[in-house]
Amino acid sequence: MSTTDIPSVPVMPDIQIDPRALRHLADAAIGVELDTGDMILNLGPQHPATHGTLRIVVRLDGERVLAADPIIGYMHRGYEKLTEFRTYPQITTLINRIDWLSSFANEVPFIAGAEQLMGIEAPPRALYIRTILTELSRIATFLLFLGEMGLQVGALTPAFYGFRDREHILNLIEGATGGRFHPNFNRIGGIKEDLPWGWINETRTTMKTVFDACDVFEDLVAGNEIFEARTRSIGIIPPELGAAYGVSGSNLRASGVDWDLRRDGKQYLVYPDLDFKVWTHPDGDSFARYWVRLEETRESARMVLQMLEQMPSGPIMAKVPRIIKVPAGEVWVETENPLGQMGYYIVSKGATGPFRVKIRSASFSNVSILPWLLTGTFVADVVTILASLYFILGDIDR
Amino acid sequence: MIGATNALLAIDVGWGTTLALKTLIILMIVPLTALILGYVFLLKMMSHMQSRLGPMDPGGFHGWFQLVGDGIKFIQKEDIMPGEADRRVFALAPVVVVVSTFLVFVVIPAGPDLVVKNLDVGVFYALAVSSLSVIGVLMAGWASANKFSLIGALRAAAQLIAYELPLLLAVVGVVIQAGTMSLQGIVLAQHNGEIFGWSGIGFPFIITQFIGFGLFLVASQAELTQTPFDMPVAESELVAGYMVEYTGFRFLFFFIGEFGTAFAFAAIAATLFLGGWTLPGIDNIGVMRLLGPGVLFIKIMFVAFLMFWVRFTYPRLREDQLQSLAWKVLIPLGLLNILATATLKVAF
Repeated sequence: MSTTDIPSVPVMPDIQIDPRALRHLADAAIGVELDTGDMILNLGPQHPATHGTLRIVVRLDGERVLAADPIIGYMHRGYEKLTEFRTYPQITTLINRIDWLSSFANEVPFIAGAEQLMGIEAPPRALYIRTILTELSRIATFLLFLGEMGLQVGALTPAFYGFRDREHILNLIEGATGGRFHPNFNRIGGIKEDLPWGWINETRTTMKTVFDACDVFEDLVAGNEIFEARTRSIGIIPPELGAAYGVSGSNLRASGVDWDLRRDGKQYLVYPDLDFKVWTHPDGDSFARYWVRLEETRESARMVLQMLEQMPSGPIMAKVPRIIKVPAGEVWVETENPLGQMGYYIVSKGATGPFRVKIRSASFSNVSILPWLLTGTFVADVVTILASLYFILGDIDR
Repeated sequence: MIGATNALLAIDVGWGTTLALKTLIILMIVPLTALILGYVFLLKMMSHMQSRLGPMDPGGFHGWFQLVGDGIKFIQKEDIMPGEADRRVFALAPVVVVVSTFLVFVVIPAGPDLVVKNLDVGVFYALAVSSLSVIGVLMAGWASANKFSLIGALRAAAQLIAYELPLLLAVVGVVIQAGTMSLQGIVLAQHNGEIFGWSGIGFPFIITQFIGFGLFLVASQAELTQTPFDMPVAESELVAGYMVEYTGFRFLFFFIGEFGTAFAFAAIAATLFLGGWTLPGIDNIGVMRLLGPGVLFIKIMFVAFLMFWVRFTYPRLREDQLQSLAWKVLIPLGLLNILATATLKVAF
């Protein structure tokens, strides 16, 4: 068969063709490589996976992420600037709202910094109550995470269990401080009030509920094959890179870095008195982050039980002048908050309010690894990774 | 008594009246079944499993008013159409989804005579028209002019292609055993069959076709885009997938379509594997005319319970994991099942 046998291609009649139509003609021609463009997908600022108003612009090839660009600042409330116009006792109200899930843990480092500048030491009972409430807020935050992670992977039920079980902890915090989310309970030199009658026994029973809840989450979520398939070896953070990006807290411990400010940092609260284990996981993937938080919830419950046993009696407030003036100086205080390392750099010029406060919040640094972490994953994995990093928008934007 | 009901049910009416009645029943059945499933499983069972208090409250006893309130809410809502949308396709898409559900009910027998059309290729027809809904889904996703919708619709299409095959393979075993593709014929074959000479409970095909039953449930879960396979709607990723731009009444159409199709698939499963409208030991046709629909309904609710139980418990698979599950596990399993069934059919 010679080449002349092939019927000739009919010549296109010479007519004016819309250039847009020509583009389609080129696509339809045989042998032309179809040019598939990348798609830009805007996840957020209103998207269920972003816990608020984080916006992630992802460039997609099909379902695969080519590039991801997190855009923050939709919730910026200017807290660092606002602190310059408030007195020290007023500032706790503001910093309650940074990481709103564990407000109490936010107050602690700031108050500790002010106390250090003033040279005041809170009495031991006050320190114990602070530590207990910090750990309770950690449990509350993590219980919500344990449920929410299930929701983001597609299981609706664990989310409700998470909210339900957190409610017990919030009741305890409300019982002691009067506020469910924003206790505003710390004072310079101690705490506002002593624990109410019967609170200690109730906390003991509630800790049993926490252990039960953790068992449920271990069975229902972590033990599920589909959950493992969705999270194992997804979103791996290498330890060195994580540390270089400033990732901290459970996220870094899930990468195998044995670093916990409660044990390794400058000593604060009553952690040196306590016997606790720092949980790490070698994998560094989404599953490891879930697992580490699950174990840390249990560990926190054990710590609370331990503290209830060791709780000293005595006053809850040190002697503090009526009008608080902090002497000139600078101090850096950092603590291990539920979301990671939280720090305040306070500069005082001897007035009733600080001259400048720099807030180091954990989520800001945790999210900064996202462009690296999300590249090459699927859209479905983006959600899993975001959920497993566990950030709070208020903690990113402040 | 039985004679009287027989006489009552055997009234001869003209074909026009019959057609009108049948049309009315079919038109009623989809919204009605969607409401029943929505009420029993989505509101009541889910509330119990997830310890939700909201759906237990409205109206007093067990929150009976919740569904009515939801319906009122949907009808009140503003009908929004995106500016960029392809208006006619956008409006047509929910209708296509619901119509495919209507068409399935045409061949499902609910009694000795209570079937709209007893087709010789009933099984084939039911599975074929049930997959029409994906056209509606694709239309919705494309016409919405929204990227989330588009991703959802394409996921739905890919999923349907992958899971139509295991669904058919699961059914082939039943067809081989029954020797017919007519749904009524399959029901009667189960009722009149016997297990090694013992005809106590007939021969529901689930006894031999348990692999087929499992395959059918998994595949129908994927067809219905229910939870282990709900990537097309994936709430946490795509917000609501192809439905993201739909509001109010149009959204209600999708909702009715979803639950109506769930009911239809449960009905097919109950008919193929659990003996349909027949009760073991009752051969009297008159009695079954009365009891048949009720018996079928109970069996359907059992199958639907299994479907929704899974829906409320499992997380979601990823798109590639779904495909590999279909092509590497379900389809080989279905083929093996057919091979075994055919071999045994020839051997016995």
